[in-house]
Amino acid sequence: MSNLFNSMIEWIDKRFPLTSNWKAHLSEYYAPKNFNFWYFFGSLALLVLVNQLITGIFLTMNYKPDASQAFASVEYIMRDVDYGWLIRYMHSTGASMFFVVVYLHMFRGMLYGSYRKPRELLWLVGMCIFFVLMALAFTGYILPWGQMSYWGAQVIVSMFGAIPVIGDTLQQWLLGDFTLSDAALNRFFAYHVVTLPLVLLVLVFVHILALHETGSNNPDGIEIKENKNPSTGIPVDGIPFHPYYTVKDIVGVVVFLFVFCGIIFFAPEMGGYFLEYNNFIPANTLQTPDHIAPVWYFTPYYSMLRAVTVNFLGIEAKLWGVILMAGSVVIFCFLPWLDRSPVKSVRYKGPYFKIALTLFVISFFVLGWLGTKSPTPLYTLLAQIFTVIYFAFFILMPWYSKIDKNKPEPKRLQE
Amino acid sequence: MMADSFSISEKMSGRRKFLVAATSVAGGVAGAAIATPFLLSMMPSERAKAAGAPVEVDISKLESGMLLMVEWRGRVVWILRRTPEMLETLEKIEDELADPNSEKNQQPEYAKNRTRSIKPEILVTEGICTHLGCSPVFRKDIAPADLGPDWLGGFFCPCHGSKFDLAGRVYKHVPAPTNMVVPPHVYLSDSRLLIGSESEGST
Amino acid sequence: MKKITIVAILILCIAPFSVYAAESGMPLERAPVDITDNASLQRGAESFVNFCLTCHGASYMRYNRHRDIGYTNEDILEKMVHTGQKVGDLMLSAMRTKEAEEWFGVVPPDLSVIARSRGADWLYTYLKAFYRDDSTGTGWNNLVFDRAAMPHVLYQLQGEQKLEVNGNQKSLLLDKPGQMTGAEFDKFVGDLINYLVYLGEPHANARKELGIKVMLFLLGMLVLSYFLKKEYWRDIH
Repeated sequence: MSNLFNSMIEWIDKRFPLTSNWKAHLSEYYAPKNFNFWYFFGSLALLVLVNQLITGIFLTMNYKPDASQAFASVEYIMRDVDYGWLIRYMHSTGASMFFVVVYLHMFRGMLYGSYRKPRELLWLVGMCIFFVLMALAFTGYILPWGQMSYWGAQVIVSMFGAIPVIGDTLQQWLLGDFTLSDAALNRFFAYHVVTLPLVLLVLVFVHILALHETGSNNPDGIEIKENKNPSTGIPVDGIPFHPYYTVKDIVGVVVFLFVFCGIIFFAPEMGGYFLEYNNFIPANTLQTPDHIAPVWYFTPYYSMLRAVTVNFLGIEAKLWGVILMAGSVVIFCFLPWLDRSPVKSVRYKGPYFKIALTLFVISFFVLGWLGTKSPTPLYTLLAQIFTVIYFAFFILMPWYSKIDKNKPEPKRLQE
Repeated sequence: MMADSFSISEKMSGRRKFLVAATSVAGGVAGAAIATPFLLSMMPSERAKAAGAPVEVDISKLESGMLLMVEWRGRVVWILRRTPEMLETLEKIEDELADPNSEKNQQPEYAKNRTRSIKPEILVTEGICTHLGCSPVFRKDIAPADLGPDWLGGFFCPCHGSKFDLAGRVYKHVPAPTNMVVPPHVYLSDSRLLIGSESEGST
Repeated sequence: MKKITIVAILILCIAPFSVYAAESGMPLERAPVDITDNASLQRGAESFVNFCLTCHGASYMRYNRHRDIGYTNEDILEKMVHTGQKVGDLMLSAMRTKEAEEWFGVVPPDLSVIARSRGADWLYTYLKAFYRDDSTGTGWNNLVFDRAAMPHVLYQLQGEQKLEVNGNQKSLLLDKPGQMTGAEFDKFVGDLINYLVYLGEPHANARKELGIKVMLFLLGMLVLSYFLKKEYWRDIH
């Protein structure tokens, strides 16, 4: 039996690099042995990606990208298709959970300096994944063609209209019409189910290749490759990814599935945060809902979009809002070069960084919360204050990270 | 060598072997359980089932020798009221038929007779050729030029030349392998026919 | 400086509540929702067909789906289908949208998922909050939904209410009693709302049942995978 298996593997290996890849990426990919809680989210993001792809394909079998049929086809899936409700909830919950795990995955990078040399490119590819994910979420959210789909998309697309000179033409080009209509729904569907998933898959592949080239960072932020066993050439603090991290990740996956299935089966709307109440009203092009807010994962940026209320530097407030909103996401790309600290991990960084990171996290949450609320003068003021804190975290980083009182990094991983 | 990477498995303790096996089995069960709703979602939906519900047809106005076409589950169903002359032909041509006694299971039990029907004069059959699914043409003209002098009326499939008699029975030496399918049907009254169901109560 | 901080903190604490109050307008009554109560759902379904379906559709819902609430196809045909439709048909409104627009100025919304957008409590309060108001086109107004286009369809059951304004307090008083007592009417509306909640998500009970099985399975999976992990990681520690 095992002989037959071995000769089969041999046959394949002569024609396809199966064993060598298995070794390079799993059984002889040496990962630091001190991964903690924060290191579950990469593999979980992969799990959610697979979930989105499979459920997405099955939703496509019954969904109709047509302004007059889209809303009804979603309810058709929910009611008339066997287990359609389950597939749809898996997809809608998966969308939100994708952002949960990706945000935690990114925060891990910020905690332990995973964006620092030699992983700058890994970080940038990751940021590209994040951009594509945002585009996927946006285009996907339009598809049910409910009130929030429609007016949310209206707001986002109008942002392109803020761009000077070409804005209006660009907007019409994006929509394929003078307003948001069937033409836009149809093409956003194409982006959502073909273009963006293809790009995402390629980027994820590149992300993993880049990771396996540099090796994984770890909570101590030191390079395990610098301390290899001279006889085997294996990092002394490294352990094979398979089986040690595969079995560990399985535990992570099961715990994650508890949360995931808990939401799917017992709170699929998640109190209006995963499926918004107003999106159960078919799109009405004549009437905006009383209160529109994007889905929770976009609310921090949405707050910044609304935070600018005055024109300055000769640029109007609307454009500033768009610039800030785009900037708040793009600025993550510069982290590898903004951080001038001699150490990577928060464990050895000084108080300035810890305070800055704490303030950043608070501002992210407050901005997120504000984004779900209708604007009032007080809220707008708060949004402005926290927008400044949000950006200060990045812009002042070259300065505070340099003068911080760091602790010395250890030579070996700490247990 | 792949075998090297399994070196761990060679020195596995009994406990480890058990846990790997148990987790794999549980994982397999989970995989199958997850696949089930996805596969079921591809079965006909409630809408398809509703559209495929039995169809009631009024045949009081169907004249002798005429063919009525109705749609059931998206397929054409023929209702043919045969004339006495047409019924006579059924016996004459039985030597030329592949399955004159309807041995193959292409009809409900109550249509397993020479006329393949409940009432002798009324034929109810799916108008679909059993070869590759084309819809044959009703040719009641006798001995036309293209079908030869022996043709006594029947159904001719233009796609690949299969021939059926006026009871939907297939001729020998044609591509179609079996007689045409008789769908489940029941008479609600003399003039009302229900296609797609064998009981009166499931409208 | 200290004072400002305290005031700021106070505002921050109160802010969420004040916004909530502003958004809902009027305190909502809690609807008695229990979608496992088939008797209540069946009563609600019959009321829905008799009172709502004339103007509103539930056009994503099929009649035969009501097997969920303990009906057979024959029950459904007898108790719910009054318009000669088939049991597998969608619950379409008897009224045409053109006519509706002429009569009410708006097309009455489809009610299939109304409980998911409005919420059960809002609907419950709304249906009980109609009062006489001669200044409106329909002669009715509503405390929850000012100048609602819908007339008070249930007034024969509830009777007529009138508005009492006492400073900032608005309340409704029963002016002319209807066929039902207050408690009976509450129960009637409660059943109807319960049905609307079911209608919004007919699979909800099946979803929870399946969910419990899945969670139990995951629990077993967690135990197994935890020991598997621990077993392997003995190599490292």
